Amino acid sequence: MKKYNKIISTVLASAMVAALFTGCGNSAGSGSSDSGSTAPADNTADTPSEDNTAAEDTNTADNADTGADTAAGGTIKLGGVGPTTGGAAVYGLAVQNASQLAVDEINASGGINGMQIEFKFEDDECDAEKSVNAYNTLKDWGMQMLVGSVTSGCSVAVAEKTAEDNMFQLTPSGSSVDCVKYDNAFRVCFSDPNQGMASAKYIGENAIASQIAVIYDSSDIYSSGIYEKFAAEAENQPFEIVSAEAFTADSKTDFSVQLQKAKDSGAELVFLPIYYTEASLILSQASTLDYAPIFFGCDGLDGILNVENFDTSLAEGVMLLTPFAADAEDELTKNFVAAYKEKYGDTPNQFAADAYDAVYAIKAACEKAGITADMDVSAMCEAMKGAMTEITLDGLTGVGMTWDASGEPNKEPKAVKISGGVYTAM
Amino acid sequence: MSKTYSKLNLSKTTKSNFITYLLVIIVYLIVQFLIAGGHMSSLMKGLLVPLCIYIMLAVSLNLTVGILGELSLGHAGFMCAGAFAGAFFSKCMQGSMPDMLRFLIALILGAAVAGLFGILIGIPVLRLKGDYLAIVTLAFGEIIKNLVNVLYIGRDSDGFHFSMKDSISLRLKEDGEIIINGAQGITGTPHDASFTIGVLLILISLFVIQNLVNSRDGRAIMSIRDNRIAAESIGINITKYKLMAFSISAAIAGVAGVLYAHNLSTLTALPKNFGYNMSIMILVYVVLGGIGNIRGSIISAVILTLLPELLRGLSDYRMLIYAIVLIAMMLLNWSPKAIEWKERIRETYFSGWKSGKGDSAKTAAKGKGVR
Amino acid sequence: MSFISYLINGVSLGSVYAIIALGYTMVYGIAKMLNFAHGDVIMVGGFAVFTIVSTYGLPPILGIVVAVVVCTILGMVIERVAYKPLRNAASPLAVLITAIGVSYLLQNAALLIFGANTKSFTSIVSVPPLKLAEGKLNISGETIVTIISGIIIMICLTLFVNKTKAGQAMLAVSEDKGAAQLMGINVNGTIALTFAIGSALAAVAGMLLCSAYPSLTPYTGAMPGIKAFVAAVFGGIGSIPGAMIGGILLGIIEILGKAYISSQMADAIVFAVLIIVLLVRPTGILGKNIQEKV
Repeated sequence: MKKYNKIISTVLASAMVAALFTGCGNSAGSGSSDSGSTAPADNTADTPSEDNTAAEDTNTADNADTGADTAAGGTIKLGGVGPTTGGAAVYGLAVQNASQLAVDEINASGGINGMQIEFKFEDDECDAEKSVNAYNTLKDWGMQMLVGSVTSGCSVAVAEKTAEDNMFQLTPSGSSVDCVKYDNAFRVCFSDPNQGMASAKYIGENAIASQIAVIYDSSDIYSSGIYEKFAAEAENQPFEIVSAEAFTADSKTDFSVQLQKAKDSGAELVFLPIYYTEASLILSQASTLDYAPIFFGCDGLDGILNVENFDTSLAEGVMLLTPFAADAEDELTKNFVAAYKEKYGDTPNQFAADAYDAVYAIKAACEKAGITADMDVSAMCEAMKGAMTEITLDGLTGVGMTWDASGEPNKEPKAVKISGGVYTAM
Repeated sequence: MSKTYSKLNLSKTTKSNFITYLLVIIVYLIVQFLIAGGHMSSLMKGLLVPLCIYIMLAVSLNLTVGILGELSLGHAGFMCAGAFAGAFFSKCMQGSMPDMLRFLIALILGAAVAGLFGILIGIPVLRLKGDYLAIVTLAFGEIIKNLVNVLYIGRDSDGFHFSMKDSISLRLKEDGEIIINGAQGITGTPHDASFTIGVLLILISLFVIQNLVNSRDGRAIMSIRDNRIAAESIGINITKYKLMAFSISAAIAGVAGVLYAHNLSTLTALPKNFGYNMSIMILVYVVLGGIGNIRGSIISAVILTLLPELLRGLSDYRMLIYAIVLIAMMLLNWSPKAIEWKERIRETYFSGWKSGKGDSAKTAAKGKGVR
Repeated sequence: MSFISYLINGVSLGSVYAIIALGYTMVYGIAKMLNFAHGDVIMVGGFAVFTIVSTYGLPPILGIVVAVVVCTILGMVIERVAYKPLRNAASPLAVLITAIGVSYLLQNAALLIFGANTKSFTSIVSVPPLKLAEGKLNISGETIVTIISGIIIMICLTLFVNKTKAGQAMLAVSEDKGAAQLMGINVNGTIALTFAIGSALAAVAGMLLCSAYPSLTPYTGAMPGIKAFVAAVFGGIGSIPGAMIGGILLGIIEILGKAYISSQMADAIVFAVLIIVLLVRPTGILGKNIQEKV
């Protein structure tokens, strides 16, 4: 009788595995329609709201002649990849929400060349392998262009795959150098070395401080990338790095040592090339230490004022180089922040702004290149590659942004200082 | 899946082993057939190599947990060591030797390095017992991950440069190239891994493990698991056999790591992929599949790797449902009440096979593996 | 001077680990299981206080009460649903794995309910910081409260276990479940009580953790949970004073390692010290040495 068992269990097991394998293809196909944005059925496409039109106009400075009359319809499938669960979920969710917002706006105002955009976002848990899975899932769904991945490591892994498939990839926030290694990949944010360099130059040129301490996350690609370039550039600048202390993903609650060292070394400025979650802890611990240097950060620090319940007086005097400030006064930012708040209930951070710009950059490039929904992925990518270098985008994260064929954006970081709980330009 | 590894009757074991190989080969053929017919989604194609990696990890950890009977929470550390050794070699040698040969050497190197780590860690660690051993293996895994994260190796015309601080202190010349760049890890490892190689490696791992289990050495190892003092009293060299099982298990994890490194173009040691979370995930495969049950490990590794992907349609609720399914599966497979209930169902509806199944369920309940 | 201030920082960090480790060691000592979800119960406690105090603006004391009640109920429900059915499973690992499942469940449920954005926790401690040596040394109010509550909890737990009937029942259950049952002890009830106490401690720990390090996300509890587990093993898992000592030592080692060896390798240093301690004393600092019988 035991023999039967073995055989039956084997058969069952293999059947189960086979069912999983084949079943998966189906579910990947059928699961697609439920999430993601389908074109809003009840949209008031003919009368887009005033704000949207305003945004459109500034965004697509020179495309008036291309689109308009090719209102052939069809849909373009835009995919997004990023962490919506796990420790980095806050960034992935921001990108997901903001892209969705941009897509909805574009669809409501008539789409791209008359084509509606269908957007679908997949979770990668901030893991390179899961990111590739997410990308493949989207490919099965029929994705034609990718906004993603959100984090650097994942972007590098996915870039390898998009290069293989020759799919157009625009990462909103993948900042490490290798993210745009291939010519089909572009990014919206600054690269890490660029930020490190810019920060060092800014501090040096404006003679903000002569003794500098750095606290960075040595287990994070973004943070260590910026730090290294900053340290290299520091040699050419009239300041000295007197203390460089690291922390890791596994010990990022207590920063007393790093702060103590910075304090003991007499640093007047602490450079924080890190994300705002840790920075908020550093600021509060510095205040218990009675240590009040100038804190200087990069775009990762943006969002610190929006940490729920955060005592913004701790952040008084913090300087940061960021392309985006949620309380900037320009029309575009105000509309975006208001729409985002209304829809998702919290203030968008820099990731959201990058993603929003990414979608509009895609729109502009599509219109420039005359993309139609029936083009295949590779042809679309070829057309987009060229068009990306020709567009000029006035977005949330920069006015007059242009792109190189290398994939890097050209835009100026804005230096802002927090005073009275709001950003003020410097 | 609660069937135990039958070790009483040799011919039966051989048959069981044979079935396991056959299962792998049949699945391989089905998959190849599906790919050829174009019925395979990109997602599934992309998942094939990771599946092989997780199967190897699960099977190798089962050697430690199920056969040796020690709880290890540092398996991902060995995977990490193997991955970085293999990727480092490939990155250095890329272009200077045939791809296949290079990959083969990388695999062997990965196995050797991970195996060596297994021995180094095993010597002090295996003196400990139970949860203390578990925590020390966890500690070693975290140490490996942490050290890899601060490791910088570069190469220029003067040879290799090495630093534990940052890439600036490598002092590379103009022509220099950073190979391992701390937290940024290794990028641009050649993509050598394929499903066929993965399956071949699974078969080799299975062959190694199943032969070990059925050999004199394997019986010695299991006797340590069942009763250490009794085993010692009949002259079995505890340390030797423990180390043997531990290092073989580590070496296979190292091979899986090399495969992992050659499947993605970026290799970074994050808490997610090489931290204790991953070690625990591998342990989940082993326990869900049945401790000591090699075939069960394979099946549960496949199911648990596919599950989150299959649940993608649930979007936001995906990981929540995954957690619930995991708990439910554990309760169904391990709770004595659920086992009893399954027995009853089987007796009522499939009275034909009750005798055999009852036996094996009882053997399962005897508590093999860890404690 | 800087050494002393590092030491104080170490004690501050350690006191947080210690208070988490007390709950860990309690559950381990009686139920003999590594409750990987303990760190996430701490997170739930943190969110409970946050919701009451910051979202609804109610007094902190109410927040504490609600957090303790929520966590106690949660702990008992988890025990009843996910752990109890596996108590007599063939391998003790089965329950470890469901604990991991519960941990994922709590994290993802919190992610859906509270979102991924970091919340800044308003400290519920109103004790002023202690300034020594003309303000050069600074002991925060949170540290003082954490240490004092740690010691109080330690003493109460020890008294409870040694002096009360329920506590004695716990000891009996931890020694031998079968024999305890024969002596008329309600084993299930005792273990449920243990989880209730452990989870209530988790609520207190969550509150103090978030007061000392005011950032709250669905993953806040995971890493301190693991560190506290290490601390509990360090001190000899199952031993109540051991957890306290282990936690504080771990904090000191972590801070001093960062300060004097390398801040990049802080984790490696902590774990290396743990390994060395365990090799010298295989059952931790205060652990009981169990003689193995054939």
